[in-house]
Amino acid sequence: MSETSVSKRPPAKRPPAAGSAPRAFPTGVVVWAAVAAVAVAVPFYLDAFWLTAGMFAMSAAVGAIGINLLTGATGQLSMGHAFFLAVGAYGYVYFSAEPDGHLGGLGLPTPLAAVLAIALAGLAGGVFSPIAGRLKGAYLGIATLALIFLGQHVLFSAEPVTGGYNGRAVPPLELFGFSFSDETDLVVMGIPFGAPERLWYLGAVLLALAALFARGVLRDRPGRAMNTIRDHETAAGVMGVPVARYRAGVFVLSSMYGGLAGVMLALSFQRAVPDYFGVMLSLDYLAMIVIGGLGSVGGAVIGAVFVSLLPQVLTRYSDSMPLVAQPGESGFSPAEAARMLYGAAVVAVVLFLPGGLLGLASRIRASLAGRRPHPRNTRSSS
Amino acid sequence: MTTFAELLLNGISMGAVYALIALGFVIIFKASEVVNFAHASLLLAGGFITAKLHGSIGFWPALAAGIAGAAAVGCLVEFLVIRRSKAADHSVLAIATIGVDIVLATEIARHIGTDVLAMGDPWGDQVVRLGPVSISEARLAALLVAFVLIATFLLAFKHTGWGVAMRAAAEDGETAALMGVRLSRVSMSAWAVAGALAAVAALFLAVFPTPGLDKTTGMVALKAFPAAILGGLDSTTGALVGGLLIGVTEALMSGYQGDLSFLGRGIGDVAPFLVMLLVLLIRPAGLFGTRELTRV
Repeated sequence: MSETSVSKRPPAKRPPAAGSAPRAFPTGVVVWAAVAAVAVAVPFYLDAFWLTAGMFAMSAAVGAIGINLLTGATGQLSMGHAFFLAVGAYGYVYFSAEPDGHLGGLGLPTPLAAVLAIALAGLAGGVFSPIAGRLKGAYLGIATLALIFLGQHVLFSAEPVTGGYNGRAVPPLELFGFSFSDETDLVVMGIPFGAPERLWYLGAVLLALAALFARGVLRDRPGRAMNTIRDHETAAGVMGVPVARYRAGVFVLSSMYGGLAGVMLALSFQRAVPDYFGVMLSLDYLAMIVIGGLGSVGGAVIGAVFVSLLPQVLTRYSDSMPLVAQPGESGFSPAEAARMLYGAAVVAVVLFLPGGLLGLASRIRASLAGRRPHPRNTRSSS
Repeated sequence: MTTFAELLLNGISMGAVYALIALGFVIIFKASEVVNFAHASLLLAGGFITAKLHGSIGFWPALAAGIAGAAAVGCLVEFLVIRRSKAADHSVLAIATIGVDIVLATEIARHIGTDVLAMGDPWGDQVVRLGPVSISEARLAALLVAFVLIATFLLAFKHTGWGVAMRAAAEDGETAALMGVRLSRVSMSAWAVAGALAAVAALFLAVFPTPGLDKTTGMVALKAFPAAILGGLDSTTGALVGGLLIGVTEALMSGYQGDLSFLGRGIGDVAPFLVMLLVLLIRPAGLFGTRELTRV
């Protein structure tokens, strides 16, 4: 990976903080410290709405990192990511919930349930690997559509596990006796810490770990192999990269990221509904990585923040926005407006901004510094 | 036995409609090497225009308008997005068509809202009896029209100058260009043809026994994707066979779902994808697709 600017993992919600992370050591440390400080400080200043939105964005970021490993770095299109999110979410619910009436559950400790749910998502990805290893690019994209439809079918049919159409409640995570819910009272520096505040920190930590791990994968040997497979499959084979095994392996890794994102989403929604995990969700994730920047961790995070916060922002401020209609009026509803905007953003980025928002950021930085833009090793310029 | 024959006939009819969609998909792939995820909204656009206009100008002109409209949308997408893109990698272009799809589908869905639009077709809910087997007129019409269209297309593909140009471009774009084939024109015509075929398919997806065109009709088009893939993305024969295979499987699995209840309700809807996965496990390039041979 010849990228010089993948070194951000802003758990903060605002991309500007993510705009600068040159290789120079001291600046890097400063940026990291600032990002961490913002992440810690945010719950003291923002209300629950934004914290929940932030947790949502961070879950999306974890999922987007996973799909960026697959689609961005290895060149394998996946439309089935929503399925793995569903496996993660429902796996967690099933493992952790106590059996209740016709709803089954194993009643395991919640952290164990979360880990098992991620492993289950990985297993699901592994089962698909005979196909994931042999198909490439857009072929795999269509093949993975099958996962979505089969997944939805299973979700609606397997009522004892998923609760069927109405979904089921998600037990809150409990770590060493500390519950990520509103159940116990906790006040820190005069701010009541309810579920949103607690989940915010959990999300930030998980995102940081996920980002760090993915960065390690991308920067090291596996990352180079993955990029070579993307850029020239035959050359990769010649150099001794086991192409099919790598493709299958990345698919599994990516589905585990999806599983983690699913667990985080379930925790923040507090209710898992099968309808949510449809084709649209998968398309959202592809939109995220294209908008943010293909093949890098930072790009995935920026794109995830953009795509998942856009509808929230539009909903919140719909009354003061032109073109966005209030409920009951004709015109674009906030959700529609958001979809149109990011659909258009995907097209615009592919046409005008190879490298995505992240590429734009580094180009601006380069031109401010008076240098020529660094030729980026993104797929579109390859 | 009668049930089986009826299901088979219905399946073939649906399969022919899927084949229309898959064929468009394949043509676009051959001409511009893009996997077109916006196909669902091309289809929705064609159906929507037909449904909106039939009240004021009559069914046949409305259908013509729908076909022309979808073709125009296809051209527009090609002209504004595919042609402008400098991306060398075709997966990225595929994602761009997803963006196009999101925009188009949202816009059309916004206009349709929660309505179910009638197509104003002349067939209604009449049923034709062929001996003991009965089939609705609309299904029979779908079957005939689809086969005529597909046959016409395949003949044109073989014998006209346009078809030769298209095949040459698919075989080797650079050489074709040197021989005087205008690649941009070939690509645009492919998108137009695909849009037109999708509009016809939209009509038959929204007539009896379906209540009408609603915003999820585009989703039905997603079932044609497996048809294209399992036949082989670069094979017109494959699209045909794939479409039929999927239509028949779906009809049979829906028809006999009483006996398949252990698989859950609505198994017919996922049948296309099951078939696709099975085929891909055995032949990753599809039934008729060209296998890429690179030995290392």
